[in-house]
Amino acid sequence: MPRRPLEGLRVIDMTVVWAGPFGSALLGDMGAEVIRVESLQHWDLNTRGQFFPLETMQKTTGDVDPDAKPWDLSANHNSVGRNKRSVTIDLTRPEGREVFYRLAEKSDIFIENNPTDVIRKLCVGYEILSQRNPRLIMLSMPAFGTTGPYESFRAFGANMEAVVGHTLLRGYPDSDATNNTGVFLADAAGGATGAFALLAALHYRNRTGKGQFIDMSQAENVTHTLSQAFMDYSMNRRVQTTLGNRDPARAPQGVYRCTGEDNWIALSCGSDAEFRGLCNVMGRPELATDERFADGLSRHDNQDALDPEISAWSVGQDYYEAFHALQAVGVACSPVLNSAAVFADAQLQERGVWQRLKHPKAGTHWYLGPIIGHMSKTPLKIWKYASTLGEDNEYVYKEVCGYTDEEYQRFVETQHAGTEIIAKAKAPAAPR
Amino acid sequence: MRVIDLTHYISGPYCTKLLADYGADVIKIERPDGGDPARRLGPFYHDEPNLEGSGTFLHLNTNKRSVTLNLKTEAGRKALLALVRDADILVESFSPHVMPSLGLDYATLAAVNPRLVMTSISNFGQTGPYRDYEMAEVTLYAWGGTMISTGTADREPLKLGLTVEQVYAGMVCATATMGAFLDAAATGEGQHVDLSLQEIIVGNQDRAVQGHMIYQYTGGAQGFAARAGAGSPGRNLLPAGVYPTADGYVQFFTLQPHWERICRMIERPDLVEDEHFTAPENFSGNAEVKAEFDAILLEWLLQRTKREVMEASQAVGYPCGALNTMADVFDDPHLAARGFFAQVDHPYTGTLTYPGPQFRMSETPWRAGRAPLLGEHTREVLHELGYDDEDVTVLRQQGAI
Repeated sequence: MPRRPLEGLRVIDMTVVWAGPFGSALLGDMGAEVIRVESLQHWDLNTRGQFFPLETMQKTTGDVDPDAKPWDLSANHNSVGRNKRSVTIDLTRPEGREVFYRLAEKSDIFIENNPTDVIRKLCVGYEILSQRNPRLIMLSMPAFGTTGPYESFRAFGANMEAVVGHTLLRGYPDSDATNNTGVFLADAAGGATGAFALLAALHYRNRTGKGQFIDMSQAENVTHTLSQAFMDYSMNRRVQTTLGNRDPARAPQGVYRCTGEDNWIALSCGSDAEFRGLCNVMGRPELATDERFADGLSRHDNQDALDPEISAWSVGQDYYEAFHALQAVGVACSPVLNSAAVFADAQLQERGVWQRLKHPKAGTHWYLGPIIGHMSKTPLKIWKYASTLGEDNEYVYKEVCGYTDEEYQRFVETQHAGTEIIAKAKAPAAPR
Repeated sequence: MRVIDLTHYISGPYCTKLLADYGADVIKIERPDGGDPARRLGPFYHDEPNLEGSGTFLHLNTNKRSVTLNLKTEAGRKALLALVRDADILVESFSPHVMPSLGLDYATLAAVNPRLVMTSISNFGQTGPYRDYEMAEVTLYAWGGTMISTGTADREPLKLGLTVEQVYAGMVCATATMGAFLDAAATGEGQHVDLSLQEIIVGNQDRAVQGHMIYQYTGGAQGFAARAGAGSPGRNLLPAGVYPTADGYVQFFTLQPHWERICRMIERPDLVEDEHFTAPENFSGNAEVKAEFDAILLEWLLQRTKREVMEASQAVGYPCGALNTMADVFDDPHLAARGFFAQVDHPYTGTLTYPGPQFRMSETPWRAGRAPLLGEHTREVLHELGYDDEDVTVLRQQGAI
């Protein structure tokens, strides 16, 4: 095994849904031993959900396990759960909590993003854990942070982004906000910044020996993505609204239809030279000298007149060919891809971002490797498929926590350690 | 930790902002003729274009020092190499051909300082057929497989707000940089980290990765979801999407069977067991029954403000958020109670409100510093490197600073 940046670091991962698991995935990608603490008594469909019937899976792979359980076939989990181990413990019982405390003694980091009251109820807060291990670094990243009036609010990324103002800053300008698609940027942003926070705390611990507690509000974190709108209000008391696909400083900018079903290009011109390039590629050089479009400001003001001209050209173009033709003259352009097209893209293929992997239950598929993988001395990859539920129970109970064979057997009999969820699954409201 | 910052615009500066906000000494190298082009991006303080008045720049460059250096002069290049000697990290966001053409490729920097972590942030990475291609926010989002599912079915796909994906990419870059830094601290050996905005968006945990895995597992080319009709409504009676209220909108979203909670919220406990709504064939995929329930829900929503709806919904444990304007955000009681808003003084703008800590560390608090004036620390930093006043005068005459 080549050198890995976070080799030797042990992370307890009690993250849920999308945000937290992405944070711990970044740590696992860099070589930390990430141990997911899960439960046989609670089937978290937000995390180990998004699974498909066997017949569907069999269309994409010949080696899916016919006895596989749905929680081991979760498309979301099997991707973001890469490079992670899985142990099951029932934290609602005292002996389960003791297992967790022993694990905390042997770990460097504890990352979680549950509502604050859940952590309190399970008695796994920092005050308790730091007594067992003062070097432990704990990150709690619930939706709105661990203090304040909204501390126990339940929120997904879409809900948080509404509250900090993103939802009203996107969408079609001529349309009602009820048409806005739910997006979950807060999840991605929370995971990335959460991992950064933990590494910063690790740097501090390397110098001082001290662990610490990190309180992160995913909503506050994602506010930083709204730079321009936040500062405009701060400086000028202006309330910005959605610009759709437009940009205040670039024109034309938009998304235009191409040949084929639902194929589009996105393009954006930032200078006169780029606009001339666009006009030439479109075979409409006269547009570049049209006084309505002669400079950036005019183009910005008259964009509505330019859109049909661009669409009239693009609608007869193949989206990838148009992309290359415009890039050849220095215009920022891209095809608008669906997931099949993303997988086929030449740049991504050339850079080797996809990795073929056999999961013991789901079979063999291509997975997206670590997105920060191109490190010259410590190249990253998926070191191991996402562990199936409870796959690492023996390792964690016996090797890490030091329980004997007999003691471990007792944890199996009392349904702490296992591989089958006991809880009756509540039907997901909106299965995907 | 000392960081040499050769980034500009959005992603790179946000990456180094994270490092600076939590205590790194970040030295931002700017070109003498106008500095970081983000200084020319609005919004401007009182709407007056000024290199020191760009809100975008002011927010993305807090706690950094600014040094002007013309890297195309030999003297400027020498000063940069002197800075690299004692640095832990160098972050740059030029097109991939620029650093080598300046004689500042990784091999050259590593020869000066083998411990150095060099992070390169570029549109498509340092290699591959698209290496030199251009990027803008709207084209960046198009790569992920997510823009195609954003918007409504009858219209063009939509970008997200502002430059959110570029800021997001900066967060990922900061995490990768810290990982490589900890590795260098442990082994004494730095390295070159090659980060691609395209790859970061393709691996975005906001629907992109999920979509790619759905494609791999099912063969469904679409990935996450097709652009839906109005409101991306749930396929059952549970509200999911944006709904109107008396004074604006709220965003509902849940994946859990929270029927009982939503009935309690609208003060209709009688509906919890009402088979007209709860029978499986009525609860899911029945447009008529859904319209009937939506009418009941809407009547309740339209009698309340968005904040009242959010609070009532949260009181029963149903995920909901009010669609706030930035004015509402500045008035939000929760953000105020947590002291999220930072007051930052600046010589050009005076004191302004900035977004506060991304996270709060019990041992090592966040710093509410300001962005530097263009070249504000040139003399100070050159002095630290051993240049005296006369040397600085010569550098200025040579056009190097």
